[in-house]
Amino acid sequence: MKLMPSALVCRDAVELVNDYLDHTLSRGDRRRLEKHLARCDACHAYLDQMRAIIAAGGTVSPDDLAPETVEGLVQLFRRFHSDS
Amino acid sequence: MDDTELLARLLGGDEQAFTELVERYHSTLVKIARYYVGSSASAQDVAQETWIAVMRGVEHFEGRSSFKTWLLRICVNRARTLGVKEHRSIPVDTNESGPSVSAHRFDQGGLWSEPPVPFTDAVDARIDRSHLVAEVHGAIRSLGEPQRAVVTLRDVEGLTTQEVAELLTLSEANVRVILHRGRARVRSIVEEAAKGTKP
Repeated sequence: MKLMPSALVCRDAVELVNDYLDHTLSRGDRRRLEKHLARCDACHAYLDQMRAIIAAGGTVSPDDLAPETVEGLVQLFRRFHSDS
Repeated sequence: MDDTELLARLLGGDEQAFTELVERYHSTLVKIARYYVGSSASAQDVAQETWIAVMRGVEHFEGRSSFKTWLLRICVNRARTLGVKEHRSIPVDTNESGPSVSAHRFDQGGLWSEPPVPFTDAVDARIDRSHLVAEVHGAIRSLGEPQRAVVTLRDVEGLTTQEVAELLTLSEANVRVILHRGRARVRSIVEEAAKGTKP
């Protein structure tokens, strides 16, 4: 007989969300969380917020790399190759 | 063109390949170095030294790790050395605990009493996407260490947990805990800001 895992409450569910998104939750915890998410709109909203945070973090605005910085390094590169 | 192709061209002394790699990674090097050294100028110096080390060492690069990991490792090692010379130590507090979401948001039974509000609402776009990106990056910059370094490397620079652990000499388990706290903190900062702009 399979024991029913105890149901999660929201306070505990939110602590599993990060590992869930990184695919590092145990299978048992993943099932418990998915079961909870399926019937809890608020925790689902929390999950969506975390997804949005991670996606926004990975959206990098163009770096303000000064042309002089690049030019300076290219000069170094030229010097290195003319010396070697 | 991917890093491997650029690297092959760099081995042949191709200046354009070098320039592309600089454009791709220089800002990342400066950002990473900044976690270890005392000023932006020092961080720029570390990044420059890293490129010199790349020119000198590229022939010996064996491809056991990706070019990016190799490059970042050179940078971290140099930045650490300089950081030690500058007598800077980065406090690594991995004992930080506390819930992801403030306890007052839940009732006694552990259910939401003040549930989260979606960041983007189709009807009432409280925060549009570019606004959200700016909010998130601002929130990451406001994090303390080591959360800022971990969240930046993992979520902004896209490194794996293993790479971050290697670079910051933390265990992978620690990186996961720090990332969890850091992201939770970012979420709560952005949520607070969203509430503030509520009509």
